Amino acid sequence: MCVTCGCGGGDAQIDGHGMRYARPRRSAAAPASTPAFRPAHGTLDARHAPGTSEAQILRIEQDILSDNDAQANANRERFGARGLFVLNFVSSPGSGKTTLLVDTIRRWGTQTPVAVVEGDQQTAFDAERIRATGAAAVQINTGKGCHLDAHMVAQAADQLDAKAQLPSDGLLLIENVGNLVCPAAFDLGEAHKVVILSVTEGEDKPLKYPDMFRAADLLLISKIDLLPHLDFDVDLAVRYARQVRPELPVIRLSTRSGEGCDAWQAWLAAGVAAVTKVPAA
Amino acid sequence: MHELSLAERVIGIVEGAARKAGARRVTRIALEIGALAHVEAETLQYCCEVVSRGTLAETASIEVQRRPGRAWCETCAAEVELEQIGMPCPDCAGFRLKVTDGDQMRVVDVVIEPGEPA
Repeated sequence: MCVTCGCGGGDAQIDGHGMRYARPRRSAAAPASTPAFRPAHGTLDARHAPGTSEAQILRIEQDILSDNDAQANANRERFGARGLFVLNFVSSPGSGKTTLLVDTIRRWGTQTPVAVVEGDQQTAFDAERIRATGAAAVQINTGKGCHLDAHMVAQAADQLDAKAQLPSDGLLLIENVGNLVCPAAFDLGEAHKVVILSVTEGEDKPLKYPDMFRAADLLLISKIDLLPHLDFDVDLAVRYARQVRPELPVIRLSTRSGEGCDAWQAWLAAGVAAVTKVPAA
Repeated sequence: MHELSLAERVIGIVEGAARKAGARRVTRIALEIGALAHVEAETLQYCCEVVSRGTLAETASIEVQRRPGRAWCETCAAEVELEQIGMPCPDCAGFRLKVTDGDQMRVVDVVIEPGEPA
């Protein structure tokens, strides 16, 4: 609640003040019309729901995302058993994720097999772009959904597997839906989230969308060939990113000029080399 | 708007537990949402109301218990309060912070009325 004027109950704000919700809420804060408390029958006497005589409290104590997290762990085990290095690419739309993946696959060459899971609300354009490189790709369309979840990735892996396209000892690259908010909450079973920030965006994005940068293990600053034409302050962007995720590793690159791509390839190769194959239980 | 998909999970968890316990209906759902959790609590509450239509929890009140954010400050070598991700340590103004509490999103408990669903 806003300490200045006492407005609002949630985190959403307008000009620093909590938002007022016009819609009526089902709130547990006792409304004036709450019937008088009556002692419970039986054993329950604490936190008795008003107006009922047999209410029971069920302790649940369950994480809201527990089903996703369980599936993500199952995915991680499955990928680990195959010796796969799995990355979840997250960014706003237009940062150049697909272009980066296409370029990455071309530069990676035949070092190991590569497969890609593409996530978009609609169209199979991205998967087609990936397939043009020769790598296997499966397209997830989330429809109205704003993020991939672990169950979608499991199904995508099944589909690759059914076509004998799920590699062993290689790379599985997952391109999430372009969205700097929602994908941060969903573990897909990846080794790392890689967040991409292009220099045509604002350097303050890490502070505006802190959850995503906090969830990432690597920041790629893309399109740096455009820097001479822009006012983007790379050092400031890095400083902001490290405010939400201390010591976040950063690689600056341009697929167009090739600058930084060697460092990125070296990071990938180190990740692949560090994978220890864990046989499925 | 991942709150809607979180709400579907909340109602799924609640309905599953309520059915297992032989509930007629659910009258209250208590959620615990940390201040640093990646969710807008008001929106989640609203989405839970929408998703609960036609379920045992259709008329349940949805109570959100907030939990303050806490982080370990490496510079201070102490646990400090953290209001938001991206804010500095309130003591040293540094950013070498690791969240230790307040990023949870949980269903804590529900109140049910036993009996055949209406």
